[in-house]
Amino acid sequence: MKLAEKEISGAALAPERKEVLSVQDLTVSVRSANGLTPLVSNLSFSISKGETLAIAGESGSGKSITSLAIMGLLPPPAVRVTGGKINLGEVELTKLPEAEMQRYRGDRIAMIFQEPMTSLNPIMTIGQQLTEALEAHEDLPRKEVQARVLEALRAVRISEPERRLRQYPHELSGGMRQRVMIAMAIALKPDVLIADEPTTALDVTVQREVLNLLRDLQAELGTAIILITHDMGVVAEMADRVIVMQSGRMVEEGSVDGIFRAPGRRYTQDLLAAVPRMGKGGHKRQSKPAEDFVACIDDLSVRFDIRSGLFGRVSHHVHAVHHVSFDIAAGETFAIVGESGCGKSTVAKTMVGLVPFQGDIDIAGCALGREGRDAPKSLRRDVQMIFQDPMASLDPRMKVGDLVAEPLVIHGIGSAQERAERVRYLFNRVGLSDDQIDRYPHEFSGGQRQRICIARSLALQPKLIIADESVSALDVTVQARVLDLLQALKEEFGIAFLFISHDMAVVENIADRVAVMYLGQIVETGSRAQVFGAPQHPYTRRLIEAVPVPDPSFKRPVEVRPSGEVPSPMRAVGDAPKAVKLREVSAGHLVAQ
Amino acid sequence: MTKAGAPEISAETLPPSALSRLAHRKMALVGISLILIAFLGAVFAPWLTPYSPNDQMFDGLTLEGAPIGPSATFVLGTDLLGRDLLTRILYGARTSLLIGVVANGIALVIGTVVGVTAGYFRGWVGGVLMRFTDLMMAFPALLLAITLAAIFQPSLWIVVMVIATVNWVQAARVLYTETTSLAEREFIAAERTLGAGNLRILFRHILPHLVPTIIVWGTLGISTTVLLEATLSYLGIGVQPPTPSWGNIIFENQTYFQAAPWLVFFPGAAILMLALAFNLVGDALRDVLDPTQRGSE
Repeated sequence: MKLAEKEISGAALAPERKEVLSVQDLTVSVRSANGLTPLVSNLSFSISKGETLAIAGESGSGKSITSLAIMGLLPPPAVRVTGGKINLGEVELTKLPEAEMQRYRGDRIAMIFQEPMTSLNPIMTIGQQLTEALEAHEDLPRKEVQARVLEALRAVRISEPERRLRQYPHELSGGMRQRVMIAMAIALKPDVLIADEPTTALDVTVQREVLNLLRDLQAELGTAIILITHDMGVVAEMADRVIVMQSGRMVEEGSVDGIFRAPGRRYTQDLLAAVPRMGKGGHKRQSKPAEDFVACIDDLSVRFDIRSGLFGRVSHHVHAVHHVSFDIAAGETFAIVGESGCGKSTVAKTMVGLVPFQGDIDIAGCALGREGRDAPKSLRRDVQMIFQDPMASLDPRMKVGDLVAEPLVIHGIGSAQERAERVRYLFNRVGLSDDQIDRYPHEFSGGQRQRICIARSLALQPKLIIADESVSALDVTVQARVLDLLQALKEEFGIAFLFISHDMAVVENIADRVAVMYLGQIVETGSRAQVFGAPQHPYTRRLIEAVPVPDPSFKRPVEVRPSGEVPSPMRAVGDAPKAVKLREVSAGHLVAQ
Repeated sequence: MTKAGAPEISAETLPPSALSRLAHRKMALVGISLILIAFLGAVFAPWLTPYSPNDQMFDGLTLEGAPIGPSATFVLGTDLLGRDLLTRILYGARTSLLIGVVANGIALVIGTVVGVTAGYFRGWVGGVLMRFTDLMMAFPALLLAITLAAIFQPSLWIVVMVIATVNWVQAARVLYTETTSLAEREFIAAERTLGAGNLRILFRHILPHLVPTIIVWGTLGISTTVLLEATLSYLGIGVQPPTPSWGNIIFENQTYFQAAPWLVFFPGAAILMLALAFNLVGDALRDVLDPTQRGSE
């Protein structure tokens, strides 16, 4: 019966591009103390078979709420559709009772979520989850279900699909999990696939694979894709049409070429201007690094023990950082780039004494104790760290003014009066006002919180600030402003930055010198011009090529890519990885052999 | 500091202190009043009632020897021995408050110290402390209390100590788990990178986050400890008769529940009210101390 329905709709669609989903005047509101507050107002759009529509916007613009509304998954009872219609073919979805809606959900409209780990059930095998998804909608004999599941896994080009069926989500890498999610979504060949930030949580090379996969699948199956993203690079590469949303309203709609070539609205222009672009960094003035170094890292290694067996003997080591050496000159921005698990954050943590290590770390002429934790207090004054998530790194029960003053209190600097003075100065310096000093962290937006963290790290006038993915969690426009602030502070105070990021475009815009890390080792290092202008190591090239280009006219060269899994940094005891040797290709430009 | 004209505005917008915000909550006020009544009743018992708690009055029994129900002379009635129930409840409040507040408080302090130390330092310190806690948990609390009470001469303070020794375990377990997860949070790592010492992290950044849990355990502990004391009294190793406590009034009279229900009802209601009162205050305190709840009052 189901199949028959599909064939009919398929036949009807065949001749010309037909609308599969249309949304008219959609209003979604949340019930609050002051009555109904709209989250999405009067949104209208439609999408045809085989088309990709991107909904772009910053966090809080209502793009995810829209997708949940289409899926009928709005969190009850507070958030409801309060107006408008959502038509899937001939069916009006907003009027459907939950039981009816379940038939459409997954079958005709499917959704891929941002976080593949949390959207898969950790205690069910991949095979069980896929089977469950299929059986919920189609009454098929066991054998056939099995065949369909395998077919779906093959479609998403997972290696060894038969083995994956018996594996649990935690045994797969992030990219593989997202493939499983996609397999689950397309197993029933839905008319509409909603992808909510499908690649945001993934590394750039994995993102590339997933985007390619989505595009290929669309060509094969003719699915209409609604792509929800904040990344204009992804929009440019994937979408046919774009909707730009701001605070729940559609600001602009148009073809992808039109929007990128001639954005009509101010907001769209700002959004596009804020996107970090590869190749733009070269125009910036390269600051001349001073000759003295603030940090010298020599032959740094960090190993974590894995114990197993009855007596907890150390059987494996995770070689998180393996014989890494680099120097940071006073007043320069040194960036470490690499994908998740490459050890870049571990380097940052060792430098502030949070992790025990082997090798030598000299900061401002003072050697760091090896055991971590017991680093001398004076050293803490010279190095400060800004974490990735400003909300997590601020104690939610303290006022932000006290948080900023805390480093001064800990180091016994100044009287209460002087400290208050300094906090006010710092607040003004990072662009916050005096009256915000007595508030709590949750009363601020993400960008403001990161400014508070920056103010806090400046309090002790350090020589080096380590920024670990400090702008990754921010919206592009906010990110651009925070990066500008960091640049200005660097020039004003002569602070050196160690900038750790996975985002090649951001690094290209801010760094003076760059090191590329892979599996705990530096594979290429040099000035920004050297690394980005003439990348030598194949991994560096792969990283650079994988970055989405925010230009729809950009033609991506066809690539043959190795589809193997990233090797693991976990090795048996005695089987340490070989340390790579760096060869100098030009002055200051070192590449692994 | 502020410009002329600004002061009155800033005085208005200044967040009120925790105490005054507590006073603005009706439920908290109800709780505070109930606790005050119990406390004042215990302290001023001799002035509040014309009888003595252990007086077996001739007119306190009917001619058949049955207890008298609530009446004008005996407001809450009398018990089986012709003693005035109100007087016994008032004097009993002394014991029960001591048990519910002091014994429970000591238990909570031990639990917090053990749990937080073990959770924060981990390693062998945490290992030893938590294995000891597990041992205590596995041991039947009542049996332990009976053993302890049997070793020492029964007295009120021994009962307090016994109850404290058996009652800290659960709190320690819960606080241990919560501290381990707190210690892993990024803001604690951020504090370390600033050079904050262990004491500073423990007292300024970990304890404030544990306050809600500690308060919940504290209020839950009141009724548990009051009842544990009653159990001990019943077994003859708690507060020795004729000294009244809310628990032993109930246990003395529970067999006559059908004939003289007031003998169980009134002391039972007193325990309930006290636990409820601390609960209300605890709830309000938790909300008031949590800055993220601000504005939802």
